[in-house]
This record gives sequence, structure tokens and C-alpha cells, in this order.
Amino acid sequence: MLARNFLHRAISTVRGVRMLSDGLARMDFSKIEEHDINTFKELIGETSVLTHNDALEFHNNDWMKQYRGNSRVVLKPKSTSEVANILKHCNSRRLAVVPQGGNTGLVGGSVPVFDEVVLSLSSMNKILSLDEYNGVVQCEAGCILQTLEEYLAKHGFVVPLDLGSRGSCQLGGNVSTNAGGLRLIRFGPLRASVLGMEAVMADGTVLDSLKTLRKDNTGYDIKQLLIGSEGTLGIITKLAISVPRKLHSVNLAMFACESFQEVMDTVAAAKDKLAEIVSAIEFYDYQCSELVVRNLPGMSKAFESNFPFYVLVETTGSEEGHDKEKLDKFLDYTMEQQFVRDGIIAQGGIQMRKIWEMRENIPLALTKEAEVFKYDLSVPIFEMYNLVENVRTRLKYRCPHAAVYGYGHLGDGNLHLNVTCPKADKQTVLHMIEPFVYEWTAEKRGSISAEHGIGQMKTSKLHMSKAPELIALMRQIKRVFDPNGILNPYKVLADQ
Amino acid sequence: MRALVGVKRVIDYAVKVRVKGDGSGVETAGVKMSMNPFCEIAVEEAVRLKEKVRKEGCCLGCGIIKEIIAVSIGPAQAQETIRTALAMGADRGMHVKHDDILQPLAIAKLLKAVAEKEKPDMILLGKQAIDDDCNQTGQMLASLMGWPQATFASKVDLAGKDMTVVREIDGGLETLGMKLPAVITTDLRLNEPRYATLPNIMKAKKKQIDATDPAQLGVDVSSKLQTLKVVEPPTRQAGGLVANVQELMAKLKEKSLI
Repeated sequence: MLARNFLHRAISTVRGVRMLSDGLARMDFSKIEEHDINTFKELIGETSVLTHNDALEFHNNDWMKQYRGNSRVVLKPKSTSEVANILKHCNSRRLAVVPQGGNTGLVGGSVPVFDEVVLSLSSMNKILSLDEYNGVVQCEAGCILQTLEEYLAKHGFVVPLDLGSRGSCQLGGNVSTNAGGLRLIRFGPLRASVLGMEAVMADGTVLDSLKTLRKDNTGYDIKQLLIGSEGTLGIITKLAISVPRKLHSVNLAMFACESFQEVMDTVAAAKDKLAEIVSAIEFYDYQCSELVVRNLPGMSKAFESNFPFYVLVETTGSEEGHDKEKLDKFLDYTMEQQFVRDGIIAQGGIQMRKIWEMRENIPLALTKEAEVFKYDLSVPIFEMYNLVENVRTRLKYRCPHAAVYGYGHLGDGNLHLNVTCPKADKQTVLHMIEPFVYEWTAEKRGSISAEHGIGQMKTSKLHMSKAPELIALMRQIKRVFDPNGILNPYKVLADQ
Repeated sequence: MRALVGVKRVIDYAVKVRVKGDGSGVETAGVKMSMNPFCEIAVEEAVRLKEKVRKEGCCLGCGIIKEIIAVSIGPAQAQETIRTALAMGADRGMHVKHDDILQPLAIAKLLKAVAEKEKPDMILLGKQAIDDDCNQTGQMLASLMGWPQATFASKVDLAGKDMTVVREIDGGLETLGMKLPAVITTDLRLNEPRYATLPNIMKAKKKQIDATDPAQLGVDVSSKLQTLKVVEPPTRQAGGLVANVQELMAKLKEKSLI
């Protein structure tokens, strides 16, 4: 089954776009008919029902331009009851539905595969309330992350989540994918920050667990199942999130290391000496730095000389003097122990933004290459760069025009491995790196998807990181929540 | 030759400034502070001039910047700003300690007093500070010293005591020639300030910072200005939606706009 899926994916990627003839058959859902469109218009109003080709374009394609669906209708409900009514109708008609937020996902989970109805949460974007004493914000699922950030900043709070797509991604999507991002090392996984949730099940039942309590051990916590379920168990409509205070003492240092051992030593030292004020630890290799400078205008190297590895360490605290003292001691230590060859400390907001841009623009710089293969893996930190070097060696002679890039959330053990190549080499490269990368990760008991999720891209890889008994349970749970299987079919669990 | 560079500690440019509850000023407690971006550019320019002439292997005493002194006027924390300048390449620092906010005229008088002690051949300042946007200190200082001034500099060239400066003005660019000593205020496009690197930060810790205050410099910094109140600009009112062109025309007529 694995070989067949891999072969079919190989065929489909020649055209660069996922097509019907992918070895994936359209499941036995009903087709949208005129009366369905009329019902939708009655339920949520004409202006909330999009059927025109131009309007559908955005919703049918994913951000990476790798997947293209064929939906004929996009619905934009404005309230939970509208979502419930839509789902009631779709469930009774056996119409498949794709819940969609900001459509910034990287595994094709947010776009239709065939002609599923797109249910966009974009019109449900309000911030509902902020409890400043307890630090809890309530918002609708379509609220854009950056909008929430800006609102909270005015009141002295931050969202316990930050990622590069903040200008477009929505909280509902973030929670549905249990998004990771740049500050997981400080705030923990999003799972831990979601205090309450309102969601709608496939049959239109509204699940109200929108509590704002930090502690509530009363029975099974159903919302935890929906978190990270990528829209396959229910559609999130409202969220209550625990929000930490915004602290003003922020420092950013960037270090250059000669070897990955030095990188690991830097991380260990940061966790030890900077301890509770660490708010981000990221890394990227020289190849990434060179790529960003080459592909994006206005970007320049941080250091005069070139080094194999760069590590970003950010600290956030409430007391500038205390943090500066800790940072000074840490810098002294790194120079003394000599696991850092050079370093820069950002002076002020402008320099901090420039340094962050180098790291945050790597995905954008990669999209400028002809072909990109993206892998998002959790592996033990001491193995992290071994994989990058292994892949580089594998490709060196067979595909000399391929390039391998390693970067990621170093502090969380999350590697973003990317391979680029010219269009002509696509098949050869794919053959050399898959299933090698996934098998290597499985062998180290790592995760084949650290934070991006499964979507439609990794359905055939799920078994490499989850035991068959667990997958069997997942299927059972799916049937309980969605007996007709209308919510985001073809995603997460293959062959539903 | 010696360069004196003024650096000011201001609220970091990335911070969303808020007005204090009593309207007496802006909130600075618990807010990130850093060196004024234009002052950073001034320090960078001084360091480049020092490096450039050294690289060209010029002889001694004919117009090389040999020493850069970073001066800051402010409370105790201003020392951090001076340390940043030292980490960028300044040789030593001077801290004029004073806790209250000072007006540009007082700053100019203090800088004049420092200049009379240190005898620099050029004084570099940022064109303005991002907290008050005054854009006055450089001009006032030049006038007090009786020196030529090159404000909004976007390019500085030095040949011995002859300096050519390109200035950014409304109509475009203006090129001035003048003889040192002179006051230069820096504009955005003059250069891109370097990062403070680890080795330089370590070196900066050992560099000397002298301390003084207005009394010791013999300067009266009492202000003839008094801030009455500080308020935020009025919040933008939401617009209205119109259903069609007729309604738009009616609304425009109603507001006497057409």
C-alpha cells in the first residue's frame, strides 16, 4: 500500500499538482445540486455563499501551490448557529465539507481534494472578551492571529503562540492543527493554553465547553481530541485561550558555530544559564543563510565571515537589569568555553527584526526555487543534523544540482529539512529521499510531522509514527464523531 | 583627529507608546529602551571614518579619526547606551548624569561644554530623536560653537580638514563643502549600523566611561518650557457604508463636500 501510494504521488508530482487520477478515488458523497445552493443561501444569506470561479480560486489552492481542489461553493457563515445549520444540511445530504481558516497550512489539509464544500470561518473573526485579572481571552475561530496579538498588546498580554503566517492564519486553524511556532519553548504547546472551546459536530450538534477555567478535571476533556484533529472531528467556532502577560525586557542574540556539537552545547548552556527567560531557540545552517540572501532582495548576511551554523537565542523577562545580567554571564560563558565562534547582540527593535527576518524568511526564500520537498520532523537533538548530512551525501553524486537545507525550532527538537532541485531532477531526487527520510525518522522513534500535521500529504506516513492499535482507535473515534465521514475527508486518516 | 558622538537613550522604536494616566507624559516605566536609531547611524559613521582612513594607510595627523568619544546625557541607565556605542567601536565614553528630561537647548549647551573639554574635530549627532522629533540640537550646537553644520547628511567624505557632505533636502540632494571642525547630523540613508559582536561587547566592558553632571560642566539646564499635558490623538471614527451611488451622493451633499 505504501509503495503504491508513493508511486502515485510520484506520478502526480510530475505535474506539480494533485489530480483526480492520483490513486485516490472520490468517495461516495453526494454531489452539490442547485437546491443545495439555494438552501445555503436561505440559511446564511446570499452574500455569504460564493460560487463564482474567481472567488473560489483562493479557497481551492493551498499556500504552497501544491494542492488544487475543485470545490464549486464556499460558505462564509457569521455565527455558530449558521455553522450548525450548514452542517445539519450537509450531513443529511451526505455532502463532504472542508473547514477552512486562513488556508496557510503546509500539508494540504485546508483545501478540498475533490468537490467538497468549503466552510470558511473568515467571517467569524470577532474578539469576544478579555479577562485581565485571569489572563483569558475569548474569540471566534476566524480571528486572525496578528489581529489578536495587536489587541492583546494594547492591554499588556500576548498570544502564547507565534508563527510566520501570523498575518493570515486564524486561531481556529491554529488550534485544529495544534500549531507549534517560534515560542513553544516558552509557552508550551497550544494544547495547554486552550481553556475552552465551542465546536460544531458533523450533525450540527453544538459542543459547548467554552469555559475559562485553568483547572477543570470533570470527565473526559473532549476539546483535547479536537485540538490537532485538523477539522476531521468537528468545526471549532469559539475559543477561550489563556494569555500570558506581555513582558518588555526582550533581548536577541545570534551565535555562529563551527559544528553541530557546538550548537548543542550552546542550547544546553542557554537552557542552563538563561533558564526561565529563554523565549526562543532557533537554528539554521549556512545553506539557508546563503539562500535567503540570494533569493530575497534587501537581505544581507549577519556576520562578515561564513559559519556552518547559526543559532538564535531570544530572552523575554520582566526586569531589564536582571535579564541583562543573566545575558552577560551567558555571553562570558560562551566565550570562555569556546563553543561559539562569534555572536551578535541586537541593539534595539530594528536590529531584532532584521535578525528574525533572516530566520523567518527561509520558507519564503525556498518557494523561489524550482522544486521544494519539505519535511517537518521531531528527532532527538543529537541526531538532528545527521539526517541533513545523510540526505546531502545521498544526493551529492546522483543529483548534483539538488540542495539540502536544515533549520528549525532547535529548542524543541524540531527539524525543518528542505530539499530543492531543478524541475528536471524532481523524480530522481524524490526517489532518493523518500521513503528514506521517513524511514530514518521512524527508526529513531521520531515524528514524521512535528507541527505541520498530516493533512492530505502525510496520510500514508501516519503509521510510521503511530502504532496500529492507536490508529485503529483513531478510526473508531472518527466514526463516533462523524458517522457519515463528511468532515474533511481524505485527510489525516487514509482510506476512511 | 577626534570625533565626539552624541547618543540618546529613547523608547525603542518598536514599542507602542502609551500616554501616562495623568497626561504628564508617556509611559516609560517597564518599557524597552534603546539607542536612538539616528544616533546609531552617527556612531556607525564615526567608526567607518576611523576604519576607512586606517585602511587606506594614510600617514599620521593629517586627518585620520583616531579617537571616538561617545557622550550621553541622562539618568544612570544612559551608561548602557554608551556601552552600546563602545561595542560598536567608540573608544571611550562620557556620561553627563541628569535625571529629568532636557530640552534641545540644554543638551546643546552641555555638548558645547563637553566639546570645550575634549576638543573634537567633528561632532556627530542623529538628526533628531524619535521620542521628541525636535531636530534642533545639532543646529543649536553648531550655532553656539560658531561651527559650520551639515544636517541630514546622507554621505560624508573627508580629505584632511576638508569635508564634503551630501544632504537630503526637499528638492533632492544638496552637496556642501566645509572645513572642520563642524557639526554633522545624520539621516537615515547615511549608513546601516553594524551589529555589536560578542568580541567587541567584551572589549567594550573594559573601555572607560567618565562621569560628570551639568553642575560640574557649569551649565544651567533649567528649562523655560513647561509641558502642560500630553494626550493621544483622537481615535479614528469608523466610516459608514452606503448601499448605492444615490446614497453616496446624498451623504456627500449632506456633509457639504460637493
